[in-house]
Amino acid sequence: MSAESTAKPNKAPAKKPAARKAKQDRVAIVSGLRTPFAKQSSHYRGINAIELGKMVVNELITKTELDPMLIERVVFGQVVILPEAPNIAREIVLGTPMNVRTDGYSVSRACATSFQSIASLAESIMLGDVSVGIAGGADSSSVVPIGVSKKLSLALVDLQKAKTFGQKMSILKNLRPKDLLPVPPAIKEYSTGLSMGQNAEQMARDRGITREEQDALAHRSHTLAAQAWEAGKLDDEVMTAHVLPYTKEPLSRDNIVRFNSSLEGYAKLRPAFDRKYGTLTAANSTPLSDGAAAVVLMSESKAKALGYEPLGYIKSYAFSANQADHDMLMGPSYSTPLALKKAKMKLKDLDLIDMHEAFAAQALSNVQAFGSTQWAKENLGQRTKIGDIDMDKFNVNGGSIAYGHPFAATGARMITQTLNELKRRGGGVGLTTACAAGGLGAAMIVEVD
Amino acid sequence: MAKDNIFQFELQDDGIALITFDLIGEAQNVLKQEFIDEAENLIDEVASQKDIQGIIFRSGKPKSFIAGADINMLNAANTIEEAEQISRNGHAIFNKLEGLKVPVVAAIDGACLGGGLEFALACHGRVCTDSKATKLGLPEVQLGLLPGGGGTQRLPKLIGIAASLDMMLTGKQVFPKQALKSGLVDEVVPSANLMKAARKRVKQLRKGVKKKQSYFSLKGLQKLALEENPLGRNVLFDQAKKQLLKKTKGNYPAPEKILECVEKGVSQGKDAGYAVEAKNFAELVMSSEAKALISIFFATTELKKDTGIDSDAEAVQVDKVGVLGGGLMGSGIAYVSADKAGKMVRLKDINAEGISKALNYSWKLISKKLKRRFISDADAKKTMARLTGSVDYSGFHDCDMVIEAVFEKLELKHQMVEEVEANCSDRTIFATNTSSIPITDIAKAAKRPGQVVGLHYFSPVEKMPLLEIINTPQTEDWVVATCVELGKRQGKTPIVVNDGAGFYVNRILAPYMNEAGHMLSEGIAVEKLDKALVKAGFPIGPITLLDQVGIDVATKVAPILEGAFGERMAPPKLFEKLIGDGRLGKKNGKGFYKYGSKKKGPKEVDESVYQLLGIEPTQSIAADEIAERSILMMLNEAARCLDEGIIRNARDGDVGAIFGIGFPPFQGGPFRYMDKLGIDKVVERLEHYQEQLGERFAPTKKLVTMAQQKDTFYN
Repeated sequence: MSAESTAKPNKAPAKKPAARKAKQDRVAIVSGLRTPFAKQSSHYRGINAIELGKMVVNELITKTELDPMLIERVVFGQVVILPEAPNIAREIVLGTPMNVRTDGYSVSRACATSFQSIASLAESIMLGDVSVGIAGGADSSSVVPIGVSKKLSLALVDLQKAKTFGQKMSILKNLRPKDLLPVPPAIKEYSTGLSMGQNAEQMARDRGITREEQDALAHRSHTLAAQAWEAGKLDDEVMTAHVLPYTKEPLSRDNIVRFNSSLEGYAKLRPAFDRKYGTLTAANSTPLSDGAAAVVLMSESKAKALGYEPLGYIKSYAFSANQADHDMLMGPSYSTPLALKKAKMKLKDLDLIDMHEAFAAQALSNVQAFGSTQWAKENLGQRTKIGDIDMDKFNVNGGSIAYGHPFAATGARMITQTLNELKRRGGGVGLTTACAAGGLGAAMIVEVD
Repeated sequence: MAKDNIFQFELQDDGIALITFDLIGEAQNVLKQEFIDEAENLIDEVASQKDIQGIIFRSGKPKSFIAGADINMLNAANTIEEAEQISRNGHAIFNKLEGLKVPVVAAIDGACLGGGLEFALACHGRVCTDSKATKLGLPEVQLGLLPGGGGTQRLPKLIGIAASLDMMLTGKQVFPKQALKSGLVDEVVPSANLMKAARKRVKQLRKGVKKKQSYFSLKGLQKLALEENPLGRNVLFDQAKKQLLKKTKGNYPAPEKILECVEKGVSQGKDAGYAVEAKNFAELVMSSEAKALISIFFATTELKKDTGIDSDAEAVQVDKVGVLGGGLMGSGIAYVSADKAGKMVRLKDINAEGISKALNYSWKLISKKLKRRFISDADAKKTMARLTGSVDYSGFHDCDMVIEAVFEKLELKHQMVEEVEANCSDRTIFATNTSSIPITDIAKAAKRPGQVVGLHYFSPVEKMPLLEIINTPQTEDWVVATCVELGKRQGKTPIVVNDGAGFYVNRILAPYMNEAGHMLSEGIAVEKLDKALVKAGFPIGPITLLDQVGIDVATKVAPILEGAFGERMAPPKLFEKLIGDGRLGKKNGKGFYKYGSKKKGPKEVDESVYQLLGIEPTQSIAADEIAERSILMMLNEAARCLDEGIIRNARDGDVGAIFGIGFPPFQGGPFRYMDKLGIDKVVERLEHYQEQLGERFAPTKKLVTMAQQKDTFYN
C-alpha cells in the first residue's frame, strides 16, 4: 500500500489529460477532531503540546479507521515551541503507531498556525504531491520552556569554550544573583515590544468599543457554546481525553465554557491590561489554554476511491499582513476580501462566518471594519465595504472566548466546527478567519455539498 | 578441517585463534555429543600448538551463542551411573578448556544458557553484545536439574555466592547490562565491535590485567561480611535454604541440591565441589520431578509449533483487536494485546471512566517496566498509544477480532454478538471470554456462527500463562488458527478445547473445589484444607482460591456444571449461605479469610464463617487424605474430558491443568500423574472413596477400561 502511495511523483506522460482533470479535484476535509480545550494548568497540567498532538492524531486515525500506511504527510504546528523537539509533526509520527515512512514537517504562523498547516497540506494535495495527509496544531500553556537569563545563557556557552580555571572564574564572576533566576516565555511581541492585550486595548480605545459591548459579545459566545455542547453538537468532533497516568477523571468537554453565563457576572471584573481606563477583562478575552486539533485531508478523488464521505471541501484561502504597531489584530479584515475574491464570492453569499475571538474588542473591531466603506477605502484601496456581517450567521456556536485558544489548535477547531454546522444545515459555504501576532491574518472558505 | 565440521579454526596474524562453531541445519547451537567430542579434540589440538597466543570462541549463528545442552542426551541415560558420567565428561572437557595456557575468551551474541554459559564460564574472559537477543542464565532448575557442567562451582567464584544463588535457584536469565554489573561478563559492546572487544580482552589477559572489586562499595562490603568468612557464609546458606524450602514445600529437590553443591565447593574446594555436583546432577536426572518438568517443557515446545487445528487452514493477520468491557479481564486482555502482541487495541466501555481505568491498568504494568529501565519513556508512551478507547463502536469497523469481556449474562452476550456483527466487518472474529456459558449458546445469536469462538483467559491476564480456546462444532478452522496465533503473540500457551459446560479447566477445577467444600462441611478447618493442598504442590489452597476468584463467581458456575453433568458436580449446600451473608471473597473483603489488616504473615481465617455455616471445625483427617480426595476428583474428571474429546490429547490436558490451575508441575499434570500412580491404583482409590463417601467418586469408564488393559495415557 505504501509503495503505491509513496511512489507517486513520477507520473507517466501518457497520463497528462488526467492531470488537467485533477485541477478540478478539490481538497477534501475527510474528518476533524480535537481534544477538549482546558484552562492553563488544569486537566493537561504537565502534558506538553506534543503529547496533546499525538493524542488527537492517534484518535483521529482510529476513529476515521484510516490505514496509517495511506498517510503520506503530517503537517503540524505549535506556537510555544518546545526547544527539545521543534518538529512536532515528525514527533507525532514517531510517537504513535503511525507508519514510520510518513513524512512530517512543522509550521508556525502564531494564532493562525493550523490555518497554515491545513493550507500547506492542501497545497501539496493540489499539486498532486501527496493525496492523503493530516494537518493540525497543538499548544500547551501549562508546559512551557522556562529559560535562563540572557547573561547566564551567554556565560554558559562561554564556559564550554573556556579552558583554564582562571578563564572560567572570570566568566562566572560577572554573573549576579538575579541572572540566575529562571525566565518565563516573553509575552511581548519581539519586534514591537507590545503585548497582545495592549494591542487589543488600543483597538478598543481608538474605535470607542465599550466595555458593555465587549461583555455582551463574551456572554453571547459562552451562551452559544454552552447551547452547542448541551445539544450534543460537539460530541462527534471532540474526543474524550485520558491523560497519563490515567487516574484523573477523563475530560469529555472543554472546561472553559460557562454553562451558566450571566451578563451581570462580566461586569464585576476589573480591567486586565489597562487598570485605569481599560475595557478589556479576563472574561472578555480568550483565556490561556491547552489543547490540540487535527483534520484528515485528501484529494476528493482519493477520498471517494477509499469510500469516505468527506465532511466538506476547501474552496479558497488567503493570508494577509498588516501593520504591527497599532491595529495589529485586524487580520480578518485584510484576509477575508482576498479569500472571497479567490472564491469569486461576496460576503453575503456566505452561510456562516466563524471569526476567531482573541478578544471581544478585536472581534468587534473587525466586525465594524467589515461593514465600513471608509475602512475599505483607506486600508484595502477598494470603493466598497467588505460587507455587513449578519450576526445570525456569526459565530453561531460561540467562539474562542468560550472555547479557549490553544494557539496552534484554534484554526483546525474552527474549520471542523464550521463544516459540521454547515452539514447540520444541509450544506453551504462558510468563512473561517483569524488574526495573528505580527499583524497577520488568515481566512479560509469551506463548503459542504 | 573439513567443511562439515561444527568447529572452524582460523589462526589470525596477531597469533589469536578464532574458533567458530555452528551446528549446521539447526536453528540454535546446543551441546550435543558430537559438539562435545569435536570440542575436546580441538582443545587437545590447540593445546599442542605453540604459535597460538590466545583463543576466541564465537558462534557462527548470529544472535545465538549456545542455547544449552541437548535434553535428549539426558533421556539417553538409563542408569544413575550413566547420568553421572555425562556430568563428569563435561567437567573433564571444561577443565581442559580452563587449563589452556593461553587466554581464552568467549565472544557472546544471543542466548548463552545452561551448558552454553558453563562453556563460557570455563573460558578466561567473556565479552557480549548489547543485543536484545543476548541473555545469559542457568535455567536448569526450571527443569528440575542443576548445572552439571561445573556451573555450581565456577559461577559463585566469578560473581559471588549470593548473586550466583539468585541466578541458579530461580533459573532467571540476565541481560547484558546486568551481566556486566555482576561481573559475569567483562565488557558489553555493539555487535559490530564484538571481535575487537574479544581481542582486547585476550591481550589484557595476556598482560595479567585483573578486575578488582573494592570492598568500599556496598556490594564489596556485603561480600566481605557474608561471603568471605565462614560465619557469614553459614548465615547466607541458612537463609537461602529457609527461603527455598518455603517455596518448594519440599516438593522440588533441585534447589536444595544446588545449594549443597555451592556450599561444598566453597568450603571444601573445587574437587569436592565437582564430585558432589556430578552426583547430585545424576540423582536429579533420574528423579521423577525432573522427568515431569522436562515433559512439560517438551509439551509447551510442541504447543508453540501447534496450529491448534487438524486441517491446513491458515491464520489471518490480526492488526487491530477490539475489546468490549474495561473490567479486570478486559483491561488485562487489552494490555497483553497491545504490549505483548503489539496490536492496535480499541476498547469499548459503557463510560469514559471505565476506559480510563483500563488505560491505567496497562499504564501501571508498563510504567513498572519503565522504572526498571527495561524500556524507554518514548517506548512506554508509544505502547500506550496503541491502546485507545471509545464509548461507542467508532474505530471498531476495521477490527480483525473483537474479544468481549462483559458480564456473564447470556442476553448481554447475545447483544454483543449482534452489535459486533452490525458494527464490524463481515470477517471480524467474535471471541467471548466467558468462563461458564457454552459458546454454542452464545453463537445462537450470530449470523456468522462460524466466526464465534471462546477465548478463556485467566486472571490476572498478564500473569497467567494459559489461554483456553474454545471451538464449537460450527467454528471455522481459520478462526481457531487465528486465535491460537494471537494467543501465542500475547505470550500465552494456548490449548484448543471443544465446547461444553465449564470447557476443560473449570470443569476439572469444580469437582476439586466442591470436594474441599464437602470436607469443610464435614468439619475440617479452612486452614487445614488449604495447607494440605499447598503442601501437595498447588500454589494456593482451594479455599483461598475460592476467596480470590470470588464466591459469587463460583456459585454461578457450579449450577451450570451440575445442570450439565448431574449429581457428581453438585456443589455443597454451604456455598449458598455465604452469598446470603454477603461474602463474595477478597473483592469485597469478606470471605473465608480476614482482609484489610495490614499485618504481615499468613492471612487469618474469619472464624465467624464456621458459625454461619453451622460447622464445628474440629474434625481431623490426614493432610494426605485431604489432598487425595480433592485431586482424585480432578483426575477422574480430566479422564472424562479426554474420553469425551473436550481436550485434543493428554498433553493439552496436562498443560491446561498446570498453567491454568497450578496443578503441581513436578507431577507433570493430571495425566502424567495418573500414569505415575498407575491407572489401576487410581481406580482402586476412587472406588475406595466411592464406597465411603458416595457416587461422585465412581471412576469413569475410561479409567476402568484402561486399568483392565493396563494401559497408560503416555507411552
